[in-house]
Amino acid sequence: MTVLTAEAQTALDAFSSANGWEARSRLLLQWATRLPDVETRRDEDRVHGCESQVWVTHKQEGERHFFRAGSDSRILRGLLAVLLARANGLAREELAVLDIHDWLGQLGLERQLSASRGNGLRAVVERMRALAES
Amino acid sequence: MTLPSPWRADFPAFSAFDEDGITYLDTAATAQKPKAVLDAITAYYARGAANVHRAQHRPGERATQAYEAVRDKVGHWLGASSSKEIVFTRGTTEGLNLLAYGLEHHFKPGDEIAISALEHHANLLPWQQLAKRRDLKLVVLPLTPSGQVDLNSASELIGPCTRLVAISQLSNVLGTWQPLAELSRLAHDQDAWFVVDGAQGVVHGRHNPKDLGADFYVFSGHKLYAPEAIGILWGHADALAALAPWQFGGEMVRNADYQQAEFHAAPMGFEAGTPPVGAAIGLGAALDWLSAQDESSIFGHEQALCVKLQAGLAARDGVRVLGEPQIALASVVVDGIHVADLSHMLGEQGIAVRAGNHCAMPLFKRLGEAGSLRISLGLYSDSTDLERFFMALDNALELLR
Repeated sequence: MTVLTAEAQTALDAFSSANGWEARSRLLLQWATRLPDVETRRDEDRVHGCESQVWVTHKQEGERHFFRAGSDSRILRGLLAVLLARANGLAREELAVLDIHDWLGQLGLERQLSASRGNGLRAVVERMRALAES
Repeated sequence: MTLPSPWRADFPAFSAFDEDGITYLDTAATAQKPKAVLDAITAYYARGAANVHRAQHRPGERATQAYEAVRDKVGHWLGASSSKEIVFTRGTTEGLNLLAYGLEHHFKPGDEIAISALEHHANLLPWQQLAKRRDLKLVVLPLTPSGQVDLNSASELIGPCTRLVAISQLSNVLGTWQPLAELSRLAHDQDAWFVVDGAQGVVHGRHNPKDLGADFYVFSGHKLYAPEAIGILWGHADALAALAPWQFGGEMVRNADYQQAEFHAAPMGFEAGTPPVGAAIGLGAALDWLSAQDESSIFGHEQALCVKLQAGLAARDGVRVLGEPQIALASVVVDGIHVADLSHMLGEQGIAVRAGNHCAMPLFKRLGEAGSLRISLGLYSDSTDLERFFMALDNALELLR
């Protein structure tokens, strides 16, 4: 288990104090606005397997990996934002063992992984790992 | 006005849904099953399962009899001339693939197959791939704004090269009945086969495929209140005789040698391998149950619900219905709101509806929409379902605006 970044801790604090679906949904919509969006939506950055379109880009600074992501769906942008809050700044080995199910579970968002959109989030995580490996 | 469903109590799933706070409005994807169907399946397995058409032992005889009795029931339900016109499949998709392979040897390069712009992938891709294999032209019949095949265009596009026309009876996206009688005439004027995808249509009202002008009619059990993995291909006797076998194996063969074999005619020649006997028995029970209900009351109830659904949708700003649905379902988009966001908010409130392209990607490209939210109804749906849906929709719209 890696130490949470400041951004991840902020997400954890916010979501664990949210009660009920409405509060969680409002939070996701707020977090959607914090998502570091991709600069341009290029076909090669598109992640397939998502019901909604998602784009992911990557850059490396030393050992650390940073991602940007975009989507037309605000809820999906919110989910991507909390995902990147956890994953951005991690090293390749840390990304490889990051348990996304556990992280969304801590935020009370585990249902979003099992939903069909969840397959999309899984595809996003796989893409992030592949980008970090390359 | 409240619209209670007198049939709802026969469906055990609704007690479970009530406990879980689920409002089920996704019947066009799959229907719940009446208790009579669950009981019939349990009884079959509890009494001792056996394979059909093979064994001389008593359980084998019983299974074969039960299975063949379902063929008779389906034949009766569809008004078939003979049970020999009823082929068991695993579902609509398999039925359409069977046709695309079974008729393949009749096509030559340059021949044309016509489908409509609103087809489900199941009634598009088998024909598209057949066209690629045989160098055929796949002609796509355009729609009117209300969501029917445009007959003026169809009469120009269906021509002497057309060998087959395949159309959905009822659109799974737009909820519109298609003008089958006219299309059948256009197809038959060219000596083309007329294939009707009854996956959605068969659920609403009783339809005789011969009266619809079809040469082939396919549907799935699971949308007709029966289990998955069972479906029906009905074919006119002449049309069935034109089919070549497509899957080979047990019980479809009359005489087998190491280097060659002879095959049975329909229906047996198209039922290779062990069929889903339990599911077929479930389908028989579903038809028995449906036959015992008053058909016109069901139709009236479903139509009243559809009207209520559309009135509620029309009363909400920015909510746009695709096409002009006539029964069973409505597909909506909300201007400025992504369908995935709407679907998330409804899902959180226990509303089971479907969001996306509903296995009709090309239709959505043509409509210029990314996807839609589809609310679909069954005979067990009632006005309480709609009230819960609209309450949840209002909450969702408030959060997203």
